[in-house]
Amino acid sequence: MKFTGTDTYVATDDLNLAVNAAITLGRPLLIKGEPGTGKTLLAEEVARSLGMPLYQWHIKSTTKANQGLYEYDAVSRLRDSQLGDERVHEIGNYIVKGKLWEAFDSEQRAVLLIDEIDKADIEFPNDLLQELDRMEFYVYETRQLVKAKHRPVIIITSNNEKELPDAFLRRCFFHYIRFPEAETMAQIVEVHYPGIKQSLLKSALETFFGMREVPGLKKKPSTSELLDWLKLLVAEEIPPEALHSKQPGKSIPPLHGALLKNEQDVGLFERLVGMSRRGR
Amino acid sequence: MLVDFFLQLKQAKVPVTIREYLSLLEALDQQVVWGSVEDFYYLARLCLVKDETHFDKFDRVFAQYFEGISDLGEEVKAQIPEEWLRKLTELVLSDAEKAEIEALGGFEKLMKTLKKRLAEQKKRHQGGGKWIGTGGRSPFGAYGYNPEGIRIGQDGSRHRRAVKVWDRREFKNLDGSVELGTRNIKVALRRLRHFAREGAPEVLDMPGTIRATANNAGYLDLQLVPKLHNKIKVLLFFDVGGSMDEHIKVCEELFSAARVEFKYLEFFYFHNFVYESVWRDNQRYRAERINLWDLINTYGPDYKLIFVGDAAMSPYEISMVGGSVEHYNDEAGYVWHQRLLDTYKDAIWLNPTPQGWWNFTQSVGMVQQLMEKRMFPLTLEGLESGIRMLSKVTG
Repeated sequence: MKFTGTDTYVATDDLNLAVNAAITLGRPLLIKGEPGTGKTLLAEEVARSLGMPLYQWHIKSTTKANQGLYEYDAVSRLRDSQLGDERVHEIGNYIVKGKLWEAFDSEQRAVLLIDEIDKADIEFPNDLLQELDRMEFYVYETRQLVKAKHRPVIIITSNNEKELPDAFLRRCFFHYIRFPEAETMAQIVEVHYPGIKQSLLKSALETFFGMREVPGLKKKPSTSELLDWLKLLVAEEIPPEALHSKQPGKSIPPLHGALLKNEQDVGLFERLVGMSRRGR
Repeated sequence: MLVDFFLQLKQAKVPVTIREYLSLLEALDQQVVWGSVEDFYYLARLCLVKDETHFDKFDRVFAQYFEGISDLGEEVKAQIPEEWLRKLTELVLSDAEKAEIEALGGFEKLMKTLKKRLAEQKKRHQGGGKWIGTGGRSPFGAYGYNPEGIRIGQDGSRHRRAVKVWDRREFKNLDGSVELGTRNIKVALRRLRHFAREGAPEVLDMPGTIRATANNAGYLDLQLVPKLHNKIKVLLFFDVGGSMDEHIKVCEELFSAARVEFKYLEFFYFHNFVYESVWRDNQRYRAERINLWDLINTYGPDYKLIFVGDAAMSPYEISMVGGSVEHYNDEAGYVWHQRLLDTYKDAIWLNPTPQGWWNFTQSVGMVQQLMEKRMFPLTLEGLESGIRMLSKVTG
């Protein structure tokens, strides 16, 4: 069982190695990287290529660690008790399974994605230490020990909004997805838009990397933005010459709204272009 | 096995623990990687390093430690420069130049010298006449103007070789104090929280409801509690003008982050040091001043006090009556400063100038003394330790 990227996801060697190490040793894999470099997508692709079911747990600022294990729905039980429902005598009826439990319960080995763990409270990762380490937890209401049938492949993503606690980090493997080089980028584009005109791709990539070099951008365009932009370029049938005839950074490329997502960035970029035009 | 490597990492201040070291051994035992130095490098980094800011330190230790080891397998390391050179000489050098190389002792000798230099060279290099780097006159490197010059690192070939990967040290610029973005500041400020329930009850109190319902013989008795609020109160004093101009960006970021993060935030401006009055509007600062006594009486001692300033001024501005650059002050600056500190026990001073420079300015030392060492650099790290200090005093 080895992950080597898929037909829709280009994984670099070091990323493959990280995923395979996590699979072999059954440790959680923590993925960091610039936004839009395919962190979340990784879990989906691993699940797809290895034929495992995927459980996704998206973290919000209000998410509690318990919610991933289980929740006891006291209000339903209360209501049922007042209506005289028979189910009320069995507390198990009101235990709602969380994503972690579902993944532990899976008959075959599963992939569990814990997405954007840094969004939650600072203490959140600490509450999951035991669960991720031993892959088991205790349900107090039913006095039952839930143990993973097969250690799931756990992929955790973080955008670095909060520092994660050391105890948590020690239990994970860590991989930082670097921004792809021009060569890898061309592969990625090829995977998403097979048969895209080479000339268009070349000039688009030049423009794109030129734009990433622009100093002071609040949010540099990333892989997902490039892919969106190419989609538009193809749809609008923009000829490569429109990009190619001018040097990157000296003109405003068509449909640049897909690359720059921030009006201050667009403003800055336009000003820079204006300046370099005058400078010529 | 690898214990020395582990200890060297520890020495280089990469935070590694025995647990991580053991998981690396476990991975090796399970044969996750086999036989390739590069794969081993990735695996070791995966297991031992948990933050990209430490990648650079790790790379340096790795390169240093495994230098000796790859010397044993000469071909592993030696082939790399040879490949570069062989391939590149074909591409780059004219026949005449090749002849010149021959004159210098031939390709083999050039190679040997290069290897020697690579070993001697401890860090990246630019300019100069001997070391390998860019822009110099050494025969080795890029963009040089030695006629025998060999280009290194300029071609498009991607040797995904181990030595090169860690020698590139791509994560260099991620190390240390990255530029402050408001998000990061907000996260840092978020540590300064003290939750309390105040105001109108509007949230369902589940445990309370259950208890009340049980007491009520099973009939639902809803209980409500007020929402949680951060009740930390902050007074922010900004130094403006003069030497602070170059720090405007970082101050703006701190200010905007603080405004979002704290519900009770009052901010004031001063110039160089605090005297009998401060102001809120820089446009009308001569007309609308707030007396410091009024301020102390208005905001209670439960407020936390944060000064932001470079503390760079003439020592007289702190210690002398009439020392202010702007007006004649009847009482010395430190008196007013002390009054503030007496009222607000929890106070810190954030200084946007790098910590290494503080010793060169006398007034910084004086302020540091007045603040009882509670001055922190205005970087993420400094901000965090400052905020930790503020919340610690709260208990």
